[in-house]
Amino acid sequence: MTDKEWEPKIVAFCCNWCSYGGADTAGMGRFQQPSSLRIIRVMCSGRIDPMHVLNAFLEGADAVLVTGCHIGDCHYVNGNYKAEVRYRFLEEMVRELGLEPERLQLNWISASEGEKFANFVRDVTAQIRQLGPSPLKPEGVN
Amino acid sequence: MAQKESITKTEEFTEYEEASDPRIGVFVCECGVNIGGVVNCRAVADYAATLPGVVHSTVNKYACSDAGQSEIKQAIMEHDLNRVLVASCTPKTHEPIFRACVEEGGLNPYLFEFVNIREHCSWIHMQDKESATKKASDLVRMGVSRARLLEPLQSTEVPVTNKALVIGAGVAGMQAALDIADMGYKVYLVEKNPSIGGKMAQLDKTFPTNDCSICILGPKMVEVSRNRNIELLTYSEVEEVDGYVGNFKVKVRHKPRFVDVTTCTGCGLCVQKCPIEVPDFEFNEGIGTRRAIYVPFPQAVPLRAVVDRAVCIDCGACSKACESHSINMEQEETFSDIEVGVIVVTTGYDVYNPEPTHDFGYGLYDNVITGMELERLLNASGPTMGKLVRPSDVRPPKRIGFIQCVGSRDKKRNRYCSGFCCMYALKDAQLIREKYPDSEVYIMYMDIRAPFRNYEEFYDRARDMGVKFIRGKPGRVTEGKDNNITVRVEDTLTNNIYNLELDLLVLSVGAVSSESSERIRQLLKVSRAADGFMMEAHPKLKPVDTTLDGIFIGGVTQGPKDIPYSVSQGSACAARATRYLAQGKASTEGITVDVDVDICVGCGICVPMCPFQALSLVDGKLGIIKALCKGCGTCAVACPTGALQQDHFKNNQIFAQVRSAFTFEGE
Repeated sequence: MTDKEWEPKIVAFCCNWCSYGGADTAGMGRFQQPSSLRIIRVMCSGRIDPMHVLNAFLEGADAVLVTGCHIGDCHYVNGNYKAEVRYRFLEEMVRELGLEPERLQLNWISASEGEKFANFVRDVTAQIRQLGPSPLKPEGVN
Repeated sequence: MAQKESITKTEEFTEYEEASDPRIGVFVCECGVNIGGVVNCRAVADYAATLPGVVHSTVNKYACSDAGQSEIKQAIMEHDLNRVLVASCTPKTHEPIFRACVEEGGLNPYLFEFVNIREHCSWIHMQDKESATKKASDLVRMGVSRARLLEPLQSTEVPVTNKALVIGAGVAGMQAALDIADMGYKVYLVEKNPSIGGKMAQLDKTFPTNDCSICILGPKMVEVSRNRNIELLTYSEVEEVDGYVGNFKVKVRHKPRFVDVTTCTGCGLCVQKCPIEVPDFEFNEGIGTRRAIYVPFPQAVPLRAVVDRAVCIDCGACSKACESHSINMEQEETFSDIEVGVIVVTTGYDVYNPEPTHDFGYGLYDNVITGMELERLLNASGPTMGKLVRPSDVRPPKRIGFIQCVGSRDKKRNRYCSGFCCMYALKDAQLIREKYPDSEVYIMYMDIRAPFRNYEEFYDRARDMGVKFIRGKPGRVTEGKDNNITVRVEDTLTNNIYNLELDLLVLSVGAVSSESSERIRQLLKVSRAADGFMMEAHPKLKPVDTTLDGIFIGGVTQGPKDIPYSVSQGSACAARATRYLAQGKASTEGITVDVDVDICVGCGICVPMCPFQALSLVDGKLGIIKALCKGCGTCAVACPTGALQQDHFKNNQIFAQVRSAFTFEGE
């Protein structure tokens, strides 16, 4: 590790229509962010399987973000409702696994909300820097 | 348990990766200095060359340029590539370009993988080149591991119903409908109000020519009603929209007018006999009155009466007066189902309402009115026959002030500039000075925004005509003797503070997204921009497209704009939409779900997950109607056996991407 601040690794699942577009808009607006985020694009937040999220933790993610369109705005009618139901289940799982609740976060971000996306990344990264590496992170993984 | 399962899964996939013998070409785009100025693209490409499956890795100056695309196509041949990865900008704009490029190179377009190192990397880590380069390498590694697992897919061509739906018959919608109709296609033009015309029909004159609004709009309205290819559905609302590009199924609700439109002549005899008089909020901003049965305005199209049953007392006077026996109080709402290939949304806007927050005393003091109310007061066919009077005593005002940017350019209200308020205030100020040369007219402004042809000249003309300009946003508005309004304002050019006594204060209110527009937006699933209006597919290159194939937006639906701009967008929507109608076919996304019948146990858990009714159980076996599947993948998550998989986003592809986000020490 260099003398620079420890940079966590955060996996974000983004839906193609809203939150991925929000990340694009953040870029177009040049909203500077920590380089902690690794985005995985899916078509809909309803495609985000709890297995994907748990897998991300087991592979070494210090935090996982579940993001999608605002409720009522889902490109596929109601995929984000299903994502939210699954997220509530995951929240409990994460607690039982002994992870701090900050390590799993849900946020609805539209394609126009670049600033919101950037602020979200900054906030989560700051929170995770405080917490340190995830206890589930396998040794030697970065 | 979970950990064990995930590990077995990933191991299985590793075997599969090796079996498929991927030959991946990686192209790292510098995008000039957009990426190259921050990310060390050469280092990223060199790193990519070390990854399993990568047989060719290089840097492009501009991958999307003609030269860049040629390089990719050539490399496919030279290196016998069967997967292509481009690390550049966003798939939202460039994925179709590169998919077409690899297809021309001889590959299935779905064997292309896109990695975003511009919006998601170089542009957001501009001060930290080292981290940006490291992150770009990570993203490319994730993309390569996904690319290894990509499978070819086929997009299907569907026939297009050669009819169009235009929602909203303001000036933009009328223009769109006329253009599509003139190109030879049938158009359904749906309008929620009893007459077409929209906001423009309410205006008095139009800037920068001061020609009468309804005089230029009226003939267009008649043209719409006479066009044989346009089926006008007024007093109707879109209730349901189903289907996809080329094949939309739309349910339209027709509200009862209680008047037979086929026999009514719009003569107005019924209106004269109606004893119920209520404020006319529909057309005259509540200034004048109308009857319970009314014809919306003299130039209405269709020129037919309509009954407001909320205030009607069923006295029957109109029925007796009507010579054509057109009144029918038994009329009920009806529904019709229409099928169209494309949809143009021109649902317009609402004027900002300063009443709930009492901006500048509006709603508290009688003599504070909005710009739209002034339009009706100045209009020759308005409630005062064009005579300017003030509300408190119905006397002509001598001293008139305008406050600009009410509800716009205000962090507490709406941050955006509505664009047309400066111009309409300049116009109204000129009209008042013309009609009443002894009047004093003040415009209190922050900046006067007057771009485009003859707009700046129009501003000069207002100055020449003696309109007085005060640069400053008023701080306090109070009511005094004779209901006169005192505005306290600092002229920031001279540093003088004035207590300006006025007879009438006009608030130059801007535009806000309307409730009915928002309803349509949610119905169609068009994205919403931060300002509340509908969002276009690309701010520069696709200004009237949406991210949804076959759905277009124009006019103020997309954001505040003036009449010429709205008309242009109406025409643009028509041109963009008609492409589908002219081709008669459209290709749908190849990404759908697939079921592995050997694993599927026919439990049916997935069936209710699908919002598009694409899944069904027949004799205990799962059936998928591919034409209905939109490829969201929600059902695949619900499948307990893993039999359902979403193409292009299969579990193994996602797991591989997740896993490769991380490295072991020393790797």
